[in-house]
Amino acid sequence: MQVTGLQEFLERIEENKGDAVIALAGNPNTGKSTVFNSLTGLNQHTGNWPGKTVVFAKGSYRYKKKNITLVDLPGAYSLLANSADEQVARDFICFGKPDATVVVVDATCLERNLNLALQVMEITPQTILCVNLIDEAKRKKMAIDFSKLADLLGVPVIPTVARDKVGLLDLKESIHRVVFEKQLLQPRRIVYNKVIESAIEKIQEEVEVLVHGSLNSRWVALRLLDGDPTIIREIFNHLQRMDPGDQQSKRALKVVEDCG
Amino acid sequence: MDSLEVGLNQILSKAQKVRWQVGSVREVIVKSIYEQAQEITEKVVTTKEAEEDLDRKIDNIVTSKILGYPLMIALLGLVFWLTISGANLPSQILADLLFGFQHRLTTFFHWISAPEWLHGVLVLGLYRCLAWVVSVMLPPMAIFFPLFTFLEDLGYLPRVAFNLDKLFKRAGAHGKQILTMCMGFGCNAAGVIACRIIESPRERLIAILTNNFVPCNGRFPTLIAMAAVFLGILVSKESNLLASALVAGVVVLGVFITLLVSWILSKTVLKGVPSTFTLELPPYRWPKIGTLLIRSVLDRTLFVLMRAVIVAAPAGVVIWTLANIEVANLSIIGYLAGWLQGFGRLIGLDGYIILAFILGLPANEIVIPILIMSYLSQGTMLELDSIEALRQLLIANGWTWLTALNMILFSLLHFPCATTLLTIRRETQSIRWTWLAALIPTTVAVVVCFLLAQTARVLGLV
Amino acid sequence: MLDQVFALTYLPIGRKAQVIKVGTEGLIRNRLLDLGFVPSAIVEAIRKSPAGDPIAYRIRGAVIALRSEESRQIQVRVVD
Repeated sequence: MQVTGLQEFLERIEENKGDAVIALAGNPNTGKSTVFNSLTGLNQHTGNWPGKTVVFAKGSYRYKKKNITLVDLPGAYSLLANSADEQVARDFICFGKPDATVVVVDATCLERNLNLALQVMEITPQTILCVNLIDEAKRKKMAIDFSKLADLLGVPVIPTVARDKVGLLDLKESIHRVVFEKQLLQPRRIVYNKVIESAIEKIQEEVEVLVHGSLNSRWVALRLLDGDPTIIREIFNHLQRMDPGDQQSKRALKVVEDCG
Repeated sequence: MDSLEVGLNQILSKAQKVRWQVGSVREVIVKSIYEQAQEITEKVVTTKEAEEDLDRKIDNIVTSKILGYPLMIALLGLVFWLTISGANLPSQILADLLFGFQHRLTTFFHWISAPEWLHGVLVLGLYRCLAWVVSVMLPPMAIFFPLFTFLEDLGYLPRVAFNLDKLFKRAGAHGKQILTMCMGFGCNAAGVIACRIIESPRERLIAILTNNFVPCNGRFPTLIAMAAVFLGILVSKESNLLASALVAGVVVLGVFITLLVSWILSKTVLKGVPSTFTLELPPYRWPKIGTLLIRSVLDRTLFVLMRAVIVAAPAGVVIWTLANIEVANLSIIGYLAGWLQGFGRLIGLDGYIILAFILGLPANEIVIPILIMSYLSQGTMLELDSIEALRQLLIANGWTWLTALNMILFSLLHFPCATTLLTIRRETQSIRWTWLAALIPTTVAVVVCFLLAQTARVLGLV
Repeated sequence: MLDQVFALTYLPIGRKAQVIKVGTEGLIRNRLLDLGFVPSAIVEAIRKSPAGDPIAYRIRGAVIALRSEESRQIQVRVVD
């Protein structure tokens, strides 16, 4: 079953996670790995996501007496999971419960990259936007209003040039605040059209009863509406993990699979 | 718990109703997210008149109808030339250093009066094999991988895939396969790992199974030496230019075979609908050279070298033992080569060559040394000082131009090395595909060499 | 002529168009949607591979190359 890979990985992360686990997400070609390398230096190792040929890198750094574990997720355009890479990224952010997720975006290509950022914010409020490659944006004569962006998104926005180590201290500080000083984040919520919104409303309450706050019920409702079988199976496995030793729910899984 | 089952069931049936109403929920979701991303971006980004950007100008050249392909070939040629010519001197220095240390080891073994066989196994077998692999492999990889990583980080490689995709589409494969092949020039094991960039399983498997048809760093020295020997026998005159052209031709043949085998695979065992092809052409970015060097040396060069060392060490022990245990005045190597002689002759080679390839399974680098060692009937691998000396030795052992040519072809087409096979096993999680990855190239190699040998003999060319 | 809806494959290089409909099914469709090919998005044909296929498009700030098999499934209308 697909979930074993995730579980195994989560257990491995849990072993020596330090004071907090931070996920690093981003589109391909955004300099995400540069951010990861600059933050962790040589304190890292790469490995295979169990059961899948997807690489992940784990690293760590120390800031203000806290040991931070950083998980570099595979590059993805979206979390709707059309490839193994995207599925791994989604599963970790959603079920791995990182203390915060940093989304690295390309300043020169904000619109495309915000697509992913908004999807992450839909799952978890603990999101930080790292706008990388601002030097490239300047070269292309683009001006970006970062504070306005932060206001619109409702999460911290940190401009960086990771390869020149510009802005990384700000990023560490922002992570510190979100994780340890419980900075309150109110991420912008994506509003869908009436049909979808009313459908969410119809099922969200029942979903809430089911997930007991262990997952974001609005997001789960959306995935159920979308009918994506991989995520529905993963959600079900997650619920089962919350409530182990439950035989009958296995039958429900079959129901889920039939629907997918 | 009953409620979980019932609950999920109820919700799912409700959800299904909405799906029927809306048509495509997914489309509405993605559209809404993108529209909001667009709205936000319009509010925070102001762009002064976009000038015709540099990327476009570069791409106009790099993907142009006239210059696109020549430029690609020129760059590939440049990378090879830098790798091969740049590796010569450091390889020599490294070899002198490591083999120099061997004498000290020998002195040490004599000093502690260790038995002769122990010295043989450990120093003449294990250490010598290691020293050989490291000095032959390390310098070219330490040059090739940074160069490759540079092109990768610069953003040039996706353009190569863009230019060549049509060729691969016709072969039922994915355009990104060319990138995994480029990586394969450095090391086929690394090339196989690189196949991860191909998302769809079918096309990825095709790329993995055919990666071996591009000659890796470990086989290049063999190809170059054999090209010189071949030309020496045929035109009895050394010509670097001709030899380079021959090696280039061999590479092109490898690419052709890759496409052919990919096509056959996609029509047979890996039949299926071609998956989506979407390829981002990212903006060009000048890489940070320092980080690039550290990353490519740590992540690629040392990684590949370590794996080669792990397989080469035991191989050295085995080879020394086989060459030094004599039964009735003939070493085991001699017996084995005798058995293989008939098959070897059939495909235009000989028993010793076949045996060298089999014993060279751990690493392609040691094929020629094993061969020389066998011909000289000495228990250790050694380096002849010049191509001329090598040629004399080979001719004395019955080589013709056909033997040299078939040696080149067999080296290009035969089974992958043990490291690559292990990597394929790990990447595919399947013994069956791993076997196929060994069987397919070997079959191709035997068929090609057989046909060539028989044709040459029928026509009376040898 | 300008109001005509046609497949993205036939969009001349250098021209911009608006996506009207993504016609495929399943994974291919989802992948194209994720890349930003959603109805009303603006797409520009940037360049052809020297072999004629694939063709690179600018969509939402990135340049993405599609084979004709995929671009044939996207219906567009010229806007510039």
